Amino acid sequence: MYHQAVFDEPLILELKGRRTLKLPHEDEKFDLNIPTGMERNEIGIGDREEFTVVRHFVKLSEMNFGADTDFYPLGSCTMKYNPKINDEISSLPGFKYLHPLQDENDIQGALKLMYELSESLKKITGMDAITLQPLAGAQGEFTGLSIVRAYFEDKGELEQRREVVVPDSAHGSNPASAAMAGFEAIEVPSYPDGTVNMEKFKEAVTEKTAAFMITNPNTLGIFEDKIVEMAEYAHSKGALLYYDGANLNGIMTKTNPAKMGFDIVHLNLHKTFSTPHGGGGPGSGPVGVVEKLKDYLPVPIITYDGKYHLSYNVPKTIGKVASFYGNFGVLVRAWTYIKMMGEEGLRDACERAVLNSNYMKKKIEQFMPVPGKPLKKHEFVASSHDGNLPKAGDIAKHLINKGVHAPTIYFPLIVPEALMIEPTESATKREMDKFIETVKETLTMKHEELEQEPTNLKITRIDDVDASRNPRPTYRIQKMSEKI
Amino acid sequence: MDNDLYEILKELEIKDPDELFEDIPESIRIKNVGLPKGISEDEVREIAGEYASMNRSVNDMHSFLGFGIYNHFVPAAIGNIISRNEFITAYTPYQAEISQGIMQALFEYQSMMAELLQMDVVNSSLYDSSAALGEAIRMMHNITGKNEFIIPQMMPNHKKMVIRNYAKGPGINLVEIPFDERGMFDIEALKEAINDNTGGIYLEYPNMYGIVDSNVRMIREIIGEERIFVAGVNPISLGVISPPGAFDADIAIGDGQVLGLGLNFGGPLLGVFATKMKYIRKMPGRIMGAAKDMKGNPAYAMILQTREQHIRREKATSNITSNEALMSLSSLVYLSLLGDSGLRKIGEINMGRTQKLMSMVKEFGINLPYNDSPVFNEFLMNIKGSKTFVNRIARKLNLIPGYYLGKEYGFTNRNETNLVVNVTERNTDKDFDVYREFLTRVS
Repeated sequence: MYHQAVFDEPLILELKGRRTLKLPHEDEKFDLNIPTGMERNEIGIGDREEFTVVRHFVKLSEMNFGADTDFYPLGSCTMKYNPKINDEISSLPGFKYLHPLQDENDIQGALKLMYELSESLKKITGMDAITLQPLAGAQGEFTGLSIVRAYFEDKGELEQRREVVVPDSAHGSNPASAAMAGFEAIEVPSYPDGTVNMEKFKEAVTEKTAAFMITNPNTLGIFEDKIVEMAEYAHSKGALLYYDGANLNGIMTKTNPAKMGFDIVHLNLHKTFSTPHGGGGPGSGPVGVVEKLKDYLPVPIITYDGKYHLSYNVPKTIGKVASFYGNFGVLVRAWTYIKMMGEEGLRDACERAVLNSNYMKKKIEQFMPVPGKPLKKHEFVASSHDGNLPKAGDIAKHLINKGVHAPTIYFPLIVPEALMIEPTESATKREMDKFIETVKETLTMKHEELEQEPTNLKITRIDDVDASRNPRPTYRIQKMSEKI
Repeated sequence: MDNDLYEILKELEIKDPDELFEDIPESIRIKNVGLPKGISEDEVREIAGEYASMNRSVNDMHSFLGFGIYNHFVPAAIGNIISRNEFITAYTPYQAEISQGIMQALFEYQSMMAELLQMDVVNSSLYDSSAALGEAIRMMHNITGKNEFIIPQMMPNHKKMVIRNYAKGPGINLVEIPFDERGMFDIEALKEAINDNTGGIYLEYPNMYGIVDSNVRMIREIIGEERIFVAGVNPISLGVISPPGAFDADIAIGDGQVLGLGLNFGGPLLGVFATKMKYIRKMPGRIMGAAKDMKGNPAYAMILQTREQHIRREKATSNITSNEALMSLSSLVYLSLLGDSGLRKIGEINMGRTQKLMSMVKEFGINLPYNDSPVFNEFLMNIKGSKTFVNRIARKLNLIPGYYLGKEYGFTNRNETNLVVNVTERNTDKDFDVYREFLTRVS
């Protein structure tokens, strides 16, 4: 039996009292020189005690659900367990209190760690050079596509190559990043088996193509086995190949993007390399490139000649994509993970993730269709489209009502009533069986019954339509709309 | 072999997990990646400890280094709260009903930040202030359709280089305007630069030299209603300095790093992004909103998701997916702990102690190029003597005297040293004594 903690907790803005937190130099008096017309008046957030703040957030945390709470098979997000040692290492004072603009002599340890992480990622991806600067996967995509842009600009082909080709199963961030980098996104349909339609692919990839962008295994958890042919074809048209590394956990140590023919790769350290997702971030999206694109990487790069340097000597650099050198706190965690896992640990993670996924698929396909090729990698997509099956959204609500996180639903868009399930290696058979049983329960439940769920959580179903039709994004706007 | 593995292999009717990788063509299979064997927690602790001790952090020195990222006091309660497993190991709250805790917290972040900035809407985070400015420029383009945007010539390169990338895709031309003799936005040059293609302007206060640019008061009148005014702020200054809402900014951006995030060698940071209600549908990033559940109970939801990449794909307002949610939570806890009185106080301490250090510098007859302009917690100082000379003295004193500006900022005279000096509440009286010694030796 599952029940989430329920508190009627007011907004922190409404919890007002006195400030107990003491500041350094609290009692010093100053005569300030603020220009007229620029003095701050009332601020309007109120004061409160430290214990009030802590109690408030402890209550809120108890009305939340993380990968440490229970099984969290959110497809394409790789919600694997985050070892606690990672957090401990990242808060060592020698890392935590380091300023990015300090003298090179004083930051050697940080640079060494970043250098080593880059070297490991080069080995894992097969790429020739890595930047750790991008702050999330989508920013990695933007970085990679900015490199594509700079490369063709340099070759004088940018005017001609305005298109980025993506499969219709691609993550939404792929076409969005293409648009941000100034390209037009062209979609290629998939075959019914879930892989890219080769005829359509060959029609789409032309001399106008700047890059073909794909994740492999794809978002249906299927390995695109024509990848070498696609790479050769795209290269023959002069295009570059971009690997979206969101699904790297499904092939890590078995093959790598370089072997498949990719020129640019982004990784999601928060997915594959076990750094906590933080309720939405921070992430980290390093980008790897092959030799011919090395000179376009963002600056600075880290070099070593007996001493580590932040080098700005990158001849054709795209400049910068982030203020400093990346989400260092996340990089330290990923470095720790790779160090501890080693070669055989990473192989085991990949194998178990794929075993778990195929195990769950085999159980689920007994009562719900799982489209595409039967052999899956780290995830698979079930479709409750059949008239007798409950809607994907209803299944999700039943799962969370039982204290199991729901899969990603209604994605990828090419599968109707999609349930995208990624168990990761951090799941026991018992947890997976419970998930399957819980999904199965919905088959015998009446629609009216399902619609009432969740009942064991802080709230019942959200009225999403009203929330977006009449947006109240802040307390001040909410108060105003109540007055009207 | 553990029991789970045994059972699963049996269920799948295979002997070896490797059989599940048969769909990867033999020609692209790899035998190994070439990483060493894994190690234990204690071993990794030892190695990491060694690396950490190769660093000398600002805690080991007397540091007056800022320039876009600042060494502020981080209350202990923040680390405690953001380490709660239910927060730190969750992802984006796609299942709202089981995630009300983080959704309420992010709504509170948006609400408190909106009060601090006096803006209508705040999103629940972009990556850093550079990305926030980049997104603001793209949003300006989406609103106005114009392709020229005015920025100050003097801006940290780490910010300018980022926004150039964001501007490239839509083909936006960044027009740079110099500072006047007070170190403020040159209003005459601005008036000349504005033309039919100008879609907006970015002004930051405090600016790169720490100057609280009072020209911010005139921007709306100069650019008119149709152009987008993007204001850059240091959130920790807003307990003493007027918020961007008071100057009718259309978009406000800043770095939330100052609000309880610490340094962490430059990341994670927190891109703060706010706008007016009328532009909410053009805004990038995730937005939490007050909502109701089907029984009418108050609830929180992700709103206007049709702006976002997972729905709108290439037509999305931005590609952002993972953001800095946990850092929004850090800033929220910080703002909650300090409250009105603490924010005012911390602003006063930063500004007051910076003025104190400036007075000290003046006693030594050292040149402060913009002496008469008000600053928040940073100032420009010009020392006679080469950087090598100044740096040698500073290092002997275990002091970081500030950020050295070189030829990349147009400072080409090798016989003088230009420093942007930052003072925060973390600088002790002992730090000030060391600075006095430094000034004695360089002057």
